[in-house]
Amino acid sequence: MIEFKLPSLGADMDEGKLLEWKIQPGATVKRGDIVAIVDTAKAAVDIESWVEGTVHQLLIEVGDKVPVGTPIALLLAPGETAESVAQPAAAVPRRRISPAARQRAAALGVDLASVTGTGPDGAVTLQDVETRAAQTTAPSVDRGAEMRRAIAAAMSRSKREIPHYYLSEAIPLRLALSWLERCNAELPVTERLLPAVLLLKAVAIATRRYPEMNGHWLDGAFRVAPAAHLGVAISLRQGGLIAPALHDVAAKPLDVLMHELADLVRRARAGSLRSSELADPTLTVTNLGEQGCESVFGVIYPPQVALVGFGRVMERPWLEQGKLVAMPSVIASLSGDHRASDGHRGALFLAEIRTLLQQPDTL
Amino acid sequence: MSRISYREALREALQEAMQRDPRVFLMGEDVGRYGGTYAVSKGLLAEFGPERIRDTPLSELAFVGAGIGAALGGLRPIVEVMTVNFSLLALDQIVNTAATLRHMSGGQCSVPLVIRMTTGAGRQLAAQHSHSLEGWYAHIPGIRVLAPATLEDARGMLWPALEDPDPVILFEHGQLYNVEGELAEGVTVDIRSAKVRRAGRDLTLIAYGGLLGKALEAAEQLAREGIDVEVIDLRVLRPLDDATLLASLAKTHRLVVVDEGWKSGSLAAEVVARLTEQAFYELDAPPVRVCSAEVPIPYAKHLEEAALPQVAVIVAAAHGVCGT
Repeated sequence: MIEFKLPSLGADMDEGKLLEWKIQPGATVKRGDIVAIVDTAKAAVDIESWVEGTVHQLLIEVGDKVPVGTPIALLLAPGETAESVAQPAAAVPRRRISPAARQRAAALGVDLASVTGTGPDGAVTLQDVETRAAQTTAPSVDRGAEMRRAIAAAMSRSKREIPHYYLSEAIPLRLALSWLERCNAELPVTERLLPAVLLLKAVAIATRRYPEMNGHWLDGAFRVAPAAHLGVAISLRQGGLIAPALHDVAAKPLDVLMHELADLVRRARAGSLRSSELADPTLTVTNLGEQGCESVFGVIYPPQVALVGFGRVMERPWLEQGKLVAMPSVIASLSGDHRASDGHRGALFLAEIRTLLQQPDTL
Repeated sequence: MSRISYREALREALQEAMQRDPRVFLMGEDVGRYGGTYAVSKGLLAEFGPERIRDTPLSELAFVGAGIGAALGGLRPIVEVMTVNFSLLALDQIVNTAATLRHMSGGQCSVPLVIRMTTGAGRQLAAQHSHSLEGWYAHIPGIRVLAPATLEDARGMLWPALEDPDPVILFEHGQLYNVEGELAEGVTVDIRSAKVRRAGRDLTLIAYGGLLGKALEAAEQLAREGIDVEVIDLRVLRPLDDATLLASLAKTHRLVVVDEGWKSGSLAAEVVARLTEQAFYELDAPPVRVCSAEVPIPYAKHLEEAALPQVAVIVAAAHGVCGT
């Protein structure tokens, strides 16, 4: 029997509300299948399965809000049958709700599934029911406020725990942009590449030589990530932002990346991200784009250990072989976690990105 | 008001009863010339003479039986048994005879007998003198079981016990005899009800006898920690005053019962069972019992302390029930 638990999809998520089940008892689930849609403070997310099996029992109902780590479904592993695992199934604990809380909930018409328990062993108490009843009559939750709370929690944690250092480097982009122009000339409008994919790919490749920028600080130690899943900061129309992963950026050709990036942005704004996209980023890239300002120094998203920022691509006065020229360029910045890396390596990392962007045909 | 000890309050109650009713007499081991093992009857022999303050042979079976006979014959005997452990020698008289005669005689005979005995541990008297078996007696229909925990009850419970036409057992906890305090003149108490000794709204803490003091001490500590505890003194172990307990639980929704008896088959078990049966939907957390460790009460001081319910354990139980 496999307990399928609500995954944590980032440092700012501590609970989720079930919006929809995508599986039913008896269904077969493969790795990567969408199991459910869960609402977090930031977005509705498609929760993917990381196991294979047959759905045995759904443990929560639509509308239930449960903490991260709560078992939400039971799956039979391949080879198991409902009979062979009858005992463990019976051992799943019934939710603790005090008799007084049940009675009061019935009287007040409170749905116990929506009540968070604070009593002994997490039991729902009388007080919890009354608190919930008071909330229900209060104005409905402000989505924007929830988003701000989530961002506030994650960013405050970052600034509390992570000793940031900051570096920046102006990167000339004449070669990259002219190469991109030539490529795009041969492509239909819908397939054209944006400078952003070049920047992302350069960052991802640079992490091969500077792996200490790519991974997580967990339990007091740095753990390098096996691949660069770049978190792409995407601002949302209703305010706030989200930084889902573009998976294994270094290994993918630019056209695939462009396609995936466009899809990611679209789905982030539509609120249908997948759980792996929220949980997997190993290094975040924030790109202020054409409407942004010259440079950006970001706050690292814990437990990641670095954030690369790109300001606006613009022409700047530039000295080239003794002459002043107008050079399309971008200011790249690095916010680094000083626990995981030092400024010297950070500088070399930025220089590597700069070098890579001078050879766009190799990206 | 006057300053008085629990022992003196019991003695005053005996004196008053002897003075008020010539049918009343006291008998038991060493109650006369020695003045009582716990000195409760000290001086009474000189005041009332050997006819009414009677030393008995060392046979609980015999002198409790004699008490039953005297009660059947129209007297109002008070029988002192040295400890509840020794009363087991008289179980046949108490359980098979005193408790049953009204029923078996179709109401023709009554046994207006009062038995006083010491109970409880805490004085390094070892396993054969330290047990709390009052819960056993509280199991028996036909007798009333009292546990005076306060000076007021020590002074006031004897007279209504003597007025009861059926057998009454009074349990005096050994650690209470030296407790002193102020007591008003002319107190009267009932032998029917439990009493709220400290009002509170967060938790009902039920105790009796020797543990009432620890329960009140725990409540004071918990009050400083933000938990408002209602302490109830059972006073009457049989028949239990369910109404007072239920009223408190309806207010607090949380229950801790302390009992110096062992948890298995204890009076605490009975209290929890009754309240769960009658007020299941009032409970906001599983009820908890704080009882003695399930061993014969040890002689060694540190082991005896470890075996008995202590304030810290009561406080911890309260926090557990409150989820704090």
